[in-house]
Amino acid sequence: MRIPLRYTLRNLWTRKLTTVLTAGGMALVVFVFAAVQMLDTGLRQTLVATGQPDNILVTRRSANAEISSSVDRSQASILEAQPEVAIGGQGERLVSKEVVILITLPKRETGQATNVTTRGIGASGFALRPQVHIIEGRAFRAGSSEVVVGTGLATRFDGASVGNVLRFGGREWRVVGVFDSGGAAFDSEVWGDADQLMQAFRRSAYSSVVARLVEASAHETLKVRLDGDPRLTLDIKPERVFYEEQSQALSKFISYLGLTLSIIFSIGAMIGAMITMYAAVANRVGEIGTLRALGFRRSAVLGAFLFESVLLGAIGGVVGIALASVMQLVQISTLNWQSFAELAFTFTLTARIAIVSLGFAIVMGIVGGFLPAVRAARLSIIDALRAA
Amino acid sequence: MYFLKLILRNALRHKLRTGLTVLGLVVAFLSFGLLQTVVDAWYHGAEAAAPNRLITRNAVSLTVPLPFHYRERVRAVEGVKSVAAANWFAGIYQDPKNFFPQFAVEPKPYFAMYPEYRIPEPEFEAFLRDRKGAIVGRKLADNFGFKVGDTVPIKGTIFPGNWEFNVRAIYDGAEPKTDTSLFFFHWDYLNETLRQRTPQRANQVGIFLVEVADIDRAAEVSEAIDKQFKNSIAETLTETEQAFQIGFVKQTEAIVIAIRIVSFVVIFIILAVMANTMAMTARERLSEYATLKALGFGPAFVASLIFGESLAIAGVGCTIGIALTFPVGSWFAGQMGTLFPVFEVSDETVLLQIVCALGVGTIAAVLPAQRAARIRIVQGLRAIG
Repeated sequence: MRIPLRYTLRNLWTRKLTTVLTAGGMALVVFVFAAVQMLDTGLRQTLVATGQPDNILVTRRSANAEISSSVDRSQASILEAQPEVAIGGQGERLVSKEVVILITLPKRETGQATNVTTRGIGASGFALRPQVHIIEGRAFRAGSSEVVVGTGLATRFDGASVGNVLRFGGREWRVVGVFDSGGAAFDSEVWGDADQLMQAFRRSAYSSVVARLVEASAHETLKVRLDGDPRLTLDIKPERVFYEEQSQALSKFISYLGLTLSIIFSIGAMIGAMITMYAAVANRVGEIGTLRALGFRRSAVLGAFLFESVLLGAIGGVVGIALASVMQLVQISTLNWQSFAELAFTFTLTARIAIVSLGFAIVMGIVGGFLPAVRAARLSIIDALRAA
Repeated sequence: MYFLKLILRNALRHKLRTGLTVLGLVVAFLSFGLLQTVVDAWYHGAEAAAPNRLITRNAVSLTVPLPFHYRERVRAVEGVKSVAAANWFAGIYQDPKNFFPQFAVEPKPYFAMYPEYRIPEPEFEAFLRDRKGAIVGRKLADNFGFKVGDTVPIKGTIFPGNWEFNVRAIYDGAEPKTDTSLFFFHWDYLNETLRQRTPQRANQVGIFLVEVADIDRAAEVSEAIDKQFKNSIAETLTETEQAFQIGFVKQTEAIVIAIRIVSFVVIFIILAVMANTMAMTARERLSEYATLKALGFGPAFVASLIFGESLAIAGVGCTIGIALTFPVGSWFAGQMGTLFPVFEVSDETVLLQIVCALGVGTIAAVLPAQRAARIRIVQGLRAIG
């Protein structure tokens, strides 16, 4: 026979302060555990949203970021002429030969000079990224010193709003529009005309080439053929893969650090649960004896105490996840080591994170409550009744 | 004296509970100390910067180079003692995991500016004679087992191709905070190779290190340098080495702030655990406190018993935690290799640990002490745990 749930609930209720403190400690651990995973998920989502499934991104071989890459004009033309490259509505090839330069802009709140990716795009640049929409002003005119800025940039940086002028590369660039890319990394970028930017920075080569393929699976055949072409020393990757790799270092750092901290912190919280449960057992020796005398089995006593501890963990878990969900309002912007540029992303709560975090909390409860529950179950009826 | 004895006896009454609480405190203060040290390690570059060194870079950003011929014009600026060109190489040694910074530098002026890198004279001479020579830091050498005479192959990312360097010298740091995880080689070797492979990329410099003759005129000199190149092809931005390094840290500030916040979260977790221990302890002893009161002891005495016990437990946990921070810190630094070039537990960290322990010990005792002090004798004698 099982000991009624009400017994456990009332025990927790009687020792309110202890319950709150124990569950509170666990809630903080769950908060850290969930927040770190939310950050990692947010980062991945940002970068995955940046790549289109049927786009490829071409950089110089062994350059692991666009800024350290260069693709000269003849190589770019060879790429453009490949049969796998899709053709747009006006019969143009869907290829954007791009130049990527980092500029420094001061952040609005702190005045901190920050690296910002400035991307010169070709005529098909917008067509290749259907997720990008102009939300204010208009697109820049080809062949002019005009730029558009990502919405993340417009809110975080001084001088990056419509009508303002950015000064770099010995020229003045008028901001004529703001674009939104639906949470992609482009939101932290400045876009202008590739040829104009190349002139301003006296570049003779592009940084990268983005192309739409007829179909995503054409990537393999294209890669095999181009890798064998001695004129090209290029690395051809699906855009998604490229951007995923861009976030690898940061993502690894966040998840390793987060996991290590969660484990260490959970030791503290489990000790808290253990102290609470040992005290609960010690205070209720008489009660346990009575329960046993009434005919409840050892396993029932074990179950009741374990359940009490699991319940503590579950309360902590729910509170922790609730706290973490508030973090969704916070946006983090930091330097991405691989692209060496500013990247903004948010905490993203998914159902998976919520479930895993709750599971983590319950495991903390089980681990913390197991030994005390065993002690309760092992008490002999006579000793227990005598102690009361 | 009997007061202290009473506190000690009380603390040891529930050996298991006190033991567990102390264990929790040790874990919490240890991780707090390590996290604070990680944050410090982030700032080490700025800490190690010397006030007489300026860094001139392209005003657009660090990734846009400057023409080499600027060097002579910078040197000509009044107040400049010497100038050294340097390039960030960003090569990969065997695997991207094995990250360590590599710089192509003009050795003579560069190492004259950095007296904290101690290089044995004959080794430095040997380095100067070898065009493909390299100077590596002690920590880096220990980490990868580099010895003088070894050949180190490095794959370029910014400067494509495979590069080979001969280790000619190993430098030691003058102080513990000196970064000895760096790899230096001849700027001329880089430039000559580029001239053959990709001539359009030759004669370009990432940054110029500038030594000023007079520290007090550093601001003036940096302005004078930038004025030289105003409205030129490549405008410059000159700042002190410290400002340059802080600029780096600031860009990753969000991570630093997150680590700081998290390091305090662990203190709150342990505060909850500690407060729980004290609440349970006090609840179980309510009848004893009532007895003490019946014997004539005042509420202040009862409260101070609880505060004393709480502070004693927090103190023991914190002391062990601090004592462990040093060995665990050096073990951690060893595991991380060159990721944290400098990983030193600072005095401020220890101080912060002590302050937090006092805070935890005090706050944990507030509610239980209040309750015990206020309880009426009759009520207390009737109370059961």
